[in-house]
Amino acid sequence: MTAPTTTRQPRVRARRAGFGALLRAEWTKFRTVRGWTIGMIVAVLVTAGIALLDHSSCGGVTAPGGADVPGTGCSAPVGPDGKAVTDAFSFVHRRLDGDGDITVRMASLIGGRGPAGLQPWSKAGLIVKAGTRPGSAYAALIVTAGHGVRMQYDYTGDIKAPPGAVTAAAAPRWLRLVRSGDAITGYQSADGVRWSAAGTVRLHGLPPTVQAGMFATSPASAQGGSTQDGSTQDGSAQGGSAQSLGGSGGSGARTLATARFDHIGLRGAWPPGAWTGTQVGGRPSPDTGFRQAAGTVTVTGSGDIAPYVPAVDGGGVAVERTLLGAFGGLIAVIVVAALFMTAEHRRGLLRVTFTAVPGRGRVLAAKAIVIGSVTFVAGLAGSTAAVLLGERLLRSNGDFVLPAGTFTEIRAVAGTAALLAVAAVLALAVGTILRHGAGAVTAVVTVMVVPYFFASPLSVLPAGVADWLLRVTPAAAFAVQQTTPRYPQVSAPYTPGNGYFPLPPWAGFAVLCGYTVLALGLATVLLRRRDA
Amino acid sequence: MSMRETLHAEWTKLRTVPSTFWLLLAVIVVTVALGLVADAVARCPSAGCGLDPARTSLAGVYLGQAIVAVLAVVAVSGEYGSGLIRVTLTAMPRRAGVLAAKAVTVTGATLSAGVPAVLGSLLAGRLVLPGHGFTAAHGRPPLSPDDGAVLRAAAGTVLYLGLIALLSLGVAAAVRDAAAAIGTVLGLLYLLPLLTTVLGGSRLARHLERLSPMTAGLAVQATTGLRGLPIAPWAGLGVLAAWATAALLIGGLLLHFRDA
Repeated sequence: MTAPTTTRQPRVRARRAGFGALLRAEWTKFRTVRGWTIGMIVAVLVTAGIALLDHSSCGGVTAPGGADVPGTGCSAPVGPDGKAVTDAFSFVHRRLDGDGDITVRMASLIGGRGPAGLQPWSKAGLIVKAGTRPGSAYAALIVTAGHGVRMQYDYTGDIKAPPGAVTAAAAPRWLRLVRSGDAITGYQSADGVRWSAAGTVRLHGLPPTVQAGMFATSPASAQGGSTQDGSTQDGSAQGGSAQSLGGSGGSGARTLATARFDHIGLRGAWPPGAWTGTQVGGRPSPDTGFRQAAGTVTVTGSGDIAPYVPAVDGGGVAVERTLLGAFGGLIAVIVVAALFMTAEHRRGLLRVTFTAVPGRGRVLAAKAIVIGSVTFVAGLAGSTAAVLLGERLLRSNGDFVLPAGTFTEIRAVAGTAALLAVAAVLALAVGTILRHGAGAVTAVVTVMVVPYFFASPLSVLPAGVADWLLRVTPAAAFAVQQTTPRYPQVSAPYTPGNGYFPLPPWAGFAVLCGYTVLALGLATVLLRRRDA
Repeated sequence: MSMRETLHAEWTKLRTVPSTFWLLLAVIVVTVALGLVADAVARCPSAGCGLDPARTSLAGVYLGQAIVAVLAVVAVSGEYGSGLIRVTLTAMPRRAGVLAAKAVTVTGATLSAGVPAVLGSLLAGRLVLPGHGFTAAHGRPPLSPDDGAVLRAAAGTVLYLGLIALLSLGVAAAVRDAAAAIGTVLGLLYLLPLLTTVLGGSRLARHLERLSPMTAGLAVQATTGLRGLPIAPWAGLGVLAAWATAALLIGGLLLHFRDA
């Protein structure tokens, strides 16, 4: 009974050991070449080390004399979901102790003089807010200067009201905001008689006592400045000055919005009292505030109620800035991975390898697995250290690191390691195709680093080209590092130079993977056809 | 062996490697083609649009320089890869002379490709850019050889490519392995400027822009907005020349003292 098992077992083991032995052979080759081990160590050190150069950019600018001026206002309030927010507006409010509603006629919305005029996202209307603390929960029925009537809530929420009877932007319009428990519903009307719903939002955990009333605010003009007027779409990479390099984005000019409300009517649990004016967030200024006369309330405000966007609000540093060292690591990894194959060609070792293992595709697969795994581990070590060190350093410099959320940070770190690993496999495949180390390194660096360089603020190419390059080249994969989303309700230069990639993170990574699969396929075919 | 014979030997080696011709052709084609792409997408809708016509049409150099680097690196590292270097140094024992001869021949070849690449790029810019708002009314007259700044950009860019060849030669002599050498050169060129991003808008970032070989060297292409440059045009090219000299010096010393 035992005889068959003893004869069969070794055979099974031998078959299984085939690829395992191949992997071990390739791993032995890799770890015994001193230069390659040094190359990987260099990759880790560069990836982590460049984060140590992270320098305060927190609104800090270089004064004409050359001294660094420490920034002011290097922080932002944190919204209900833990993300940084912008919360600055003029608030005319009263206490509401439960359910109730407010109805007003908004007679006009006008801007300040000259450059302080209305912006498309200048806004005014009715708001219910948990308190006057910046960053507290809210829901608002908003009339914008250029984007119609909307329901916005908790900074990121934005619902466009269905087109109702009210169309003309300048016409007086009636607004009503109803609070009922957690639910807040906005209505609009052209005449105060026929109402249409603008939207309902639920704010979970909204306290019974809230502040409610009217508000006005207006964001800074979209990236003003003499070099870019009218051409922010295609000229911003060029116009991005040295200041905007570090994410201390130059914000445009301050603007003002003034809204006039009358026919104010309150129903529900409003205790007796008068309207109070509060400047929420931002600095109080003589030209903002509110006036009340004969049943009319006029509010002037400046700022925004929106997610925090570093390209507009300045100061904040996105987590991925600590990962810039991955570019240096990438070059080292590409060199090692290309050599992992081309060195065998050059030394003639490949003939020995193929004599020992005739399955050439399997040799390539084993090499890809070894170089990919080693690079992933090295990349993970480097990028984890970079983020931990970089964030700590930035914070100790007084910089404001944008809270990205744990999952997003892990995605950026692991994504960077995966990017390096796949790029290494790409370099291995290209090295197999070209059989020339220098050629392979140049080719892969050209398609991975140069497009990113063209997308950086240093580039001479218009942002449109950079955008396109970061869609079609393997450099699209750097999108895995982006931790700051773009928001339609904030006008900002969402260019690659400011850290916004055209593709979503995993789609960009998929572009790199696609190229790598193609290159591996071609390499396998060529490896089988050609003499070693 | 006299210097003339050394030069002749190096020239024969460079000339008879088939890749030399294709790489030089690629320098011209890639530089002009990428410049044309930049011209095609550039728009100057109003006065002070912030785009420099010479810089835009010469944008192809950002990629062309990588091919120049390959050419120069292969001229040195190729000999180490095949073991030819031992024959070379046996025949021509004056090692500094060998490196000098290589520098002359490789730089000569680079310049001979750099001239048509730069002239072709500028010609394309002269033809394409005026249709995209680069007009005298917007303060961007067509690129013309009468303009001193355009001449400086043209001559400076050709010299830039020559200096990149010298820098790569020096690095290759020091590092020896082709892939590692090209990685070092491309890292120096593309990575150093990206570091300015990490440094924020600080004084250090400004210094780095002045010191990194690519951003400093390509300042020579500027024809508008000279005051906003991190470094003056010719001074910037001087910085790159200093890099090239340092690389050649280190490469030469290592070549001299090390076993081949």
